[in-house]
Amino acid sequence: MNGVPRRRSTLPGFGLTMGLTLTWLSVIILIPLAGLFLKTFDLSLEQFWGIVTSRRTLNALRISFGLSFLAACVNLVMGMVVVWALVRYRFPGRRLFDAIVDIPFALPTAVAGVALTQLFAQKGWLGAPLAELGIKVAFTPVGIFIAMVFIGIPFVVRTVQPVLLDLDVEIEEAAASLGANRWHTVFRVILPSLIPAMLTGFALAFARAVGEYGSVIFIAGNLPNVSEIAPLLIVIRLSEFRYADATAIAVVMLLAAFIIIFAVNRLQRWAQTRIPAH
Amino acid sequence: MTIEVRNIVKKFGSFAALDNVDLKVGDGELLALLGPSGSGKTTLLRIIAGLDWPDSGEVFFDGENALDHGASERHVGFVFQHYALFRHMTVFENVAFGLRVQPRGVRKSEDAIRARVKELLDLVQLDWLADRYPSQLSGGQRQRIALARALAIEPRILLLDEPFGALDAKVRKELRQWLRSLHQEIHVTSIFVTHDQEEALEVANRVVVMDKGRIEQIGTPGDVYDNPATAFVHGFIGESIVLPVEVRDGAVKLGGRKLDIVANGAAPGAANLFVRRHDMQIGPAGSGSLEGSVQHVRTFGPIQRAEVALCGSEGKTVIEIDAPRDRELRTGETIGLQPRRYRIFAAPE
Repeated sequence: MNGVPRRRSTLPGFGLTMGLTLTWLSVIILIPLAGLFLKTFDLSLEQFWGIVTSRRTLNALRISFGLSFLAACVNLVMGMVVVWALVRYRFPGRRLFDAIVDIPFALPTAVAGVALTQLFAQKGWLGAPLAELGIKVAFTPVGIFIAMVFIGIPFVVRTVQPVLLDLDVEIEEAAASLGANRWHTVFRVILPSLIPAMLTGFALAFARAVGEYGSVIFIAGNLPNVSEIAPLLIVIRLSEFRYADATAIAVVMLLAAFIIIFAVNRLQRWAQTRIPAH
Repeated sequence: MTIEVRNIVKKFGSFAALDNVDLKVGDGELLALLGPSGSGKTTLLRIIAGLDWPDSGEVFFDGENALDHGASERHVGFVFQHYALFRHMTVFENVAFGLRVQPRGVRKSEDAIRARVKELLDLVQLDWLADRYPSQLSGGQRQRIALARALAIEPRILLLDEPFGALDAKVRKELRQWLRSLHQEIHVTSIFVTHDQEEALEVANRVVVMDKGRIEQIGTPGDVYDNPATAFVHGFIGESIVLPVEVRDGAVKLGGRKLDIVANGAAPGAANLFVRRHDMQIGPAGSGSLEGSVQHVRTFGPIQRAEVALCGSEGKTVIEIDAPRDRELRTGETIGLQPRRYRIFAAPE
């Protein structure tokens, strides 16, 4: 009888879950990131700028982001091929291949790094024949790229796979009955329906590659300016007790990663408004 | 365009979806393939469209072998039960799709495509939805767009697979009439698949009744209803009373009692007597060859439906009959029944 009756939501627990969500995200993500930013304030602006624009930092960032981008592109294309084969065809060992896709997820990165290094070392199974062709993989940027491709592929496969599974075969039949050849069907009907999922997979593979440390450092050779990735540079600075330097590089990586993820997210939104789910 | 299907056999594993099917469809016909699920009607439609391939048999369009060509070369419009619209394209682009993917030499200019799409959207009375996406449309609107899209390529044949199956009853009724009038307007040879007899009888010029991969009967809607060729057709189309009888020496016996009907050349032995619910003549007790007591009466509209327990049959046989309202039936009353029209088919072994 007093005042407005309390509105009851049909879904209980909003207050509780929202509170927990905010607390959890703050403790796990926001506070550490804030600490990172705060630490950089130990530096003056010139110092910060000096560290960030030093040749070694710039090269490390270029290697990290450039190779990650390339690896994500390769993963996108090859991931799509893998998804297509796994979803569309029935062949012996399909389930096995499907399970293999998850290995890079599950494998400790150091193990992956050691395995790849062994394989591509100058006397390794793949390294030796490649060396004869004059291609050096281990301890060069090519090695970094291969490690990044390795750890990124499940992201594309696992994000696109459910969407392709869900895609009705009837729309392909409809396209065919309207006179479309396979090329038209794939590029005008199937791929456009998959774009949002492809963008997500690409972004995840890219983000993972940028952040990858364990598997890359074994195969990279870690030559400053040539094959030294940004996360490694951060670790080196930390081991030299130059914490501010380390955080300065970290902040730049963070911002760059954030901008890229944001851009992909916008793209994805845009694609999704064009392809509403059912 | 005429269609001729010869000796089509299609098996899925050991299950025969189509078992030696022959069918001729005349130019400009609107034909219904009617049957229960699993009768092979959709498979037959998909084979004609080129979406499925028969194990053996032939398909001709105007005498030309259609099996030489894939679905994309047959110029056949196909409408799916669940619309199968391209959800990343606007309604306009959906309809334009078939025109845009034509080979370069044949493809119309952009202006001509726009004009054609506009014309089709007008035809299905949905021109105001051109810029929407399929997800923003109702089921009935989506199906009309799917039809416009199929018509865009000026198909030689229009095939519709349960086109109204996913729609609610009211929309289905509207679209049925609309499809028939559309067919009168554009006059393209059309086949539609349905499991709904009312739909088939109301829309089609001719009905093909199928069961278990075989064609049971082909005829006009009136034909298949009034003169069912097989027991299956009689049971499937319209409501039927089925009574197990025995035919001997031209006489028909129910539970040992001779009925006052002729065998009409039915083979001697066990048989089933089929009577439409409204074809039972009702009289006072003792007036017909059957007698029963009324157990329950429901009235709706112009008819009353009564459940009648037949006397003299072993066990208890209850049949449902429809009678006009002018002869009031009372629960408990004993009445005489005489089939006015009936068919006798040999009982399945």
